[in-house]
Amino acid sequence: MAVEAVEADDQLSVVFGALADPTRRALLTRLTQGDATVAELAAPFKVSQPAISRHLKVLEQAGLISRHRRATARLSHLEAEPLREVTEWLARYQAYWDESYERLDVLLAALQDDHDEHPG
Amino acid sequence: MATTQIIAEPGMPQIVITREFDAPRALLFRAYTDPGLLVQWLGPRRLTMSVDHFDVRDGGTWRYIHRGADGTEAAFHGVFHGTPSLDGGIVQTFEFEGAPGHVSLETVTFEEHAGGTLVRTNDVFQSVEDRDAMLQSGMQEGINESMERLDELLARLAPVS
Repeated sequence: MAVEAVEADDQLSVVFGALADPTRRALLTRLTQGDATVAELAAPFKVSQPAISRHLKVLEQAGLISRHRRATARLSHLEAEPLREVTEWLARYQAYWDESYERLDVLLAALQDDHDEHPG
Repeated sequence: MATTQIIAEPGMPQIVITREFDAPRALLFRAYTDPGLLVQWLGPRRLTMSVDHFDVRDGGTWRYIHRGADGTEAAFHGVFHGTPSLDGGIVQTFEFEGAPGHVSLETVTFEEHAGGTLVRTNDVFQSVEDRDAMLQSGMQEGINESMERLDELLARLAPVS
């Protein structure tokens, strides 16, 4: 077990900051279906296109999306790698508790059976 | 099946873990405070847990060790603050001996919930860096993860309407 500072911490902070906003998370979810223009991304929201553009800029700075041009359209593209790093970051801690609590479920069931068979 | 929810907000030196169990809370409390039961569930199966001591009272100390098949060890110790009780829960300090001086304060509560028990663990660290180091370590060495985790994450990132 290694508890030590990790070089990627700053990048993780930036990614987490970008993910901390529900609109930005929704934009990422939309981009899992394919690349999209600002107008397409803004359509489901009540906020203006400039506001969506600002959110996209934050996502781009975090490395969560890239943007490229196709003809006259500027398309946003989901970049999966930073998301993968974020999920791995938490995954091991999650796995520790998932497995512990699954074992606890089994133990609790056994204790309850025991109590049922030998009441009092 | 019940899921373990872990909340670690960016920039906050805190982790909140919640989990529902299909058992009365008195039984959960026993599983947490009886060292003979604790060793049967805390940590992954491939690690052997042994309790050095476990003095369940106000000011009492505890220490336990996780051992891997390859002989690696990870030891932890702490102090109970207030006598652990069903209604008051468990308040204790927690320190990994591999990173001495980085102490967290843990509060575990047992709430009756939907015919079972909701166990809530609140860990407060001395700094965001300490919290992140704990999350990063996962308390264990590597577990292979795949892109499935990405799918799960994106599924959880619910769209806003």
